[in-house]
Amino acid sequence: MYLSFFDYNVFSQRFIGFDNYRYIFSDWLFRKALGNTFIYTFGVVPLWLGKALLITVLIYPLRKPLQTFYKGIFYLPHVTSSVIISMIWLWVFNPSFGLLNYAIRSLGFDPVVWLGNTATAMPSLIMMQVIMGGGSTIVLLSAAMASIPEYYFEAARIEGAGPWKVFSKITVPLLKPTILYAMVMGTIANFQTFSNIYIMTQGGPQFSTTTIAYLVYNTAFRYYDLGLASAMSMVMFGILVALGVLQFKWLGANVEY
Amino acid sequence: MTKAATGRLVRKIVALLIVTSLGLLAFIPLYWMVVTAIKPPALTLRFPPEIFPSNPTMRNFNDLFKHPYLMRWTINSLVVAGTVTTVQIFLCALAGYAIAKRQFPGARFFFMVYIASMMIPKQVTLVPLYILVSRFGMINTYAALILPSLAAPFGVFLMRQFMLTIPSEIIEAARIDGASELKTFFKVIIPISKPALAVLGIFTFVGEWNDFLWPLIVTNTARMRTLQAGLALLQEEVPLQHAFLMAGATYAAIPMIVVFILFSKYFLKGITVGSIK
Repeated sequence: MYLSFFDYNVFSQRFIGFDNYRYIFSDWLFRKALGNTFIYTFGVVPLWLGKALLITVLIYPLRKPLQTFYKGIFYLPHVTSSVIISMIWLWVFNPSFGLLNYAIRSLGFDPVVWLGNTATAMPSLIMMQVIMGGGSTIVLLSAAMASIPEYYFEAARIEGAGPWKVFSKITVPLLKPTILYAMVMGTIANFQTFSNIYIMTQGGPQFSTTTIAYLVYNTAFRYYDLGLASAMSMVMFGILVALGVLQFKWLGANVEY
Repeated sequence: MTKAATGRLVRKIVALLIVTSLGLLAFIPLYWMVVTAIKPPALTLRFPPEIFPSNPTMRNFNDLFKHPYLMRWTINSLVVAGTVTTVQIFLCALAGYAIAKRQFPGARFFFMVYIASMMIPKQVTLVPLYILVSRFGMINTYAALILPSLAAPFGVFLMRQFMLTIPSEIIEAARIDGASELKTFFKVIIPISKPALAVLGIFTFVGEWNDFLWPLIVTNTARMRTLQAGLALLQEEVPLQHAFLMAGATYAAIPMIVVFILFSKYFLKGITVGSIK
């Protein structure tokens, strides 16, 4: 925090007050990165949480071994590092020989230059994250769901509630604390996304996938402007705190523990 | 079969279909990594691609092992992840025990500091931590790779939560039997805490093995990179040798997949302690 008020680079360390902050807010690239980070986070988090919730509910009635099997499948990408996942998907997204374009062509569509196009690069990254993510959240939600007494569901069924009603009126409200926890953690994690950008797009094309984390890295460790990079990470921190508080306000209001 | 029963059956099949297809989506990329890794390089540039490899080869792995730094990266990763895991288990157990079971001035305060630092995203402390490490002249050393990871608020939190569940009577009984403070800790507390220590150890090891950003910034020679940062380097060096790169990815992924399969019960039970406050 202290550093962010300095002109701190290899050559000099000089106190410059709020100049770093003034600079980044007028910098178009920082604003673009901020926008990209928001798009990425708000693209990933709802889809990924929805997917995790859907799978949790669908595998809940299954027999134990089958449940464990599915949990294992979804968890597998979680023990694989983000570097490896990014390398695989870079290959899957390959415009001429990639698996994805093969699938698309077999379905009779035109191949897409997934990562080389400003319009598709960010959605591609979001899609990859949603497809690979969710494993640990499924485990978390399943554990929470197992602690809901079975007679809640039975009572609802006897009263004649359909599956959707049971889901929206019983499951979701009772899982709320866990959902909230997963949402806050997921927001924090995705807001800082770095490895996939570094490996797959280097922030391009035309800065369409430059996120704050990647910009901080570039500013600090390519251009060695550590003061400016600190200021950027402080802004990021501020936003994350604000988002966390908002999420707690929004969802936490009627949580019963 | 009644109408209601048919409806239930249909719903069950639809549910299984959805779950299976989503699972396949997540699994196919990993399968594709392995399949590409065992294909002859020329075959990767063919369209349409072979979904099941017709003549698998170990050639890419042979090429991989010829890389001058591969073994070095593997050793670096093992040293870093191994040291961090061992030391962290020990430190977190000590700190967790102290906070949970010992009364000392400021215990609550220390715990609050831990909780607060757990909430701070990694990225925020990245630059200051880097400056600290470079001021100590530790850039490009094992110390830089290992030391910052030893402070593990989450681990302390986990241990504290677990140790709160140990009845204090056991500790008192040990004391009455004449056990010293350290003896109580090593002979009573550690054996009871084994499951929690295992969880902490496994998650720490996987996390450290897979860590990328920190090794990337504190190392500046190829030799000192960890396996993950080394893979990124390969990706930059030979971006077009897909089969070779996938062999590298497979090589780095397999140890963690083995750990996962061996300890899947720990992973799939989830760290529920962390989510309940």
